[in-house]
Amino acid sequence: MKAKIIITPKKAVLDPQGKTVQNALAHMGYTGVTGVHIGKYIEIDLAPGTDKAAAQKAINDAAHKLLSNPVIEDYKLEIE
Amino acid sequence: MNFSVLQFPASNCDQDAVHAARLLGHSARLVWHKDTSLGDTDVVIVPGGFSYGDYLRCGAIARFSPVMQAVKQFADNGGLVLGVCNGFQVLTEAGLLPGALIRNRDLQFHCENIFLKTITNDSVFTGKIPAGKVLRVPIAHGEGCYFADEPTLASLKAKNQILWQYCDAAGNVTDKANPNGSLQNIAGICNERRNVAGLMPHPERACEPILGSDDGKWIFESVIAALSEKTAATA
Repeated sequence: MKAKIIITPKKAVLDPQGKTVQNALAHMGYTGVTGVHIGKYIEIDLAPGTDKAAAQKAINDAAHKLLSNPVIEDYKLEIE
Repeated sequence: MNFSVLQFPASNCDQDAVHAARLLGHSARLVWHKDTSLGDTDVVIVPGGFSYGDYLRCGAIARFSPVMQAVKQFADNGGLVLGVCNGFQVLTEAGLLPGALIRNRDLQFHCENIFLKTITNDSVFTGKIPAGKVLRVPIAHGEGCYFADEPTLASLKAKNQILWQYCDAAGNVTDKANPNGSLQNIAGICNERRNVAGLMPHPERACEPILGSDDGKWIFESVIAALSEKTAATA
């Protein structure tokens, strides 16, 4: 069982990495790119048989407190 | 006065802070991040460095160190806490200061001398800085771009919590003088209660002429003067 967390910068936050990659894509001739946002992907291994609802609650809590910073980042959590 | 300087794995300005406090005639000691008590302390310095390797986000893991519980308690009781560079990042992650520090807008690590304009003398961290004095102090960071959402920024301004802004040598706050893209050139702020402050520049590295500038001592002198007045008032 795994928890997968995708963390991305909030839209209002300056994302110089995303901007630089967007410019590079344009220079390479990839057209139609209107935005690039660079974040993080975290995978957490969970013990077999873990209760999915309880894990969801605990990892949401951890994502809010530690894995992401709600001032500058959003996250999406999936457990599978 | 007793300065307590925190020491996390990969702090690297801890000794500089201790040196600066002793240079100014005060006692200073290091407090290990696993300690749960600060001991006899008048002011806490959360020093610069790369605590926990800057893993995940700068300051994100350090804020959960046992010693940070003691720092929170100390601040809640009105104790003075100053975060420098990584220490500023730790204090924002800990929720002791609003906002966050993100990657410099040009993606470069900046290691240079910059100029600071003091926005208010109404804080224990700036009380003794002469009016109109532009401070020349070094910065050394890759993630010093101050960000806060609009309501937070408006509140910081309304409550006079912006202590320092990046400026040019003449004291003009311009975009060119902003080394990292910080919103409104913010270099340092304090909390609403005005007993916790953080700044990205390093005043502790600029406390004696041999280092190229002793402007940083004005910040330490302000803290020391405020504490002396408090001690005199309660004596």
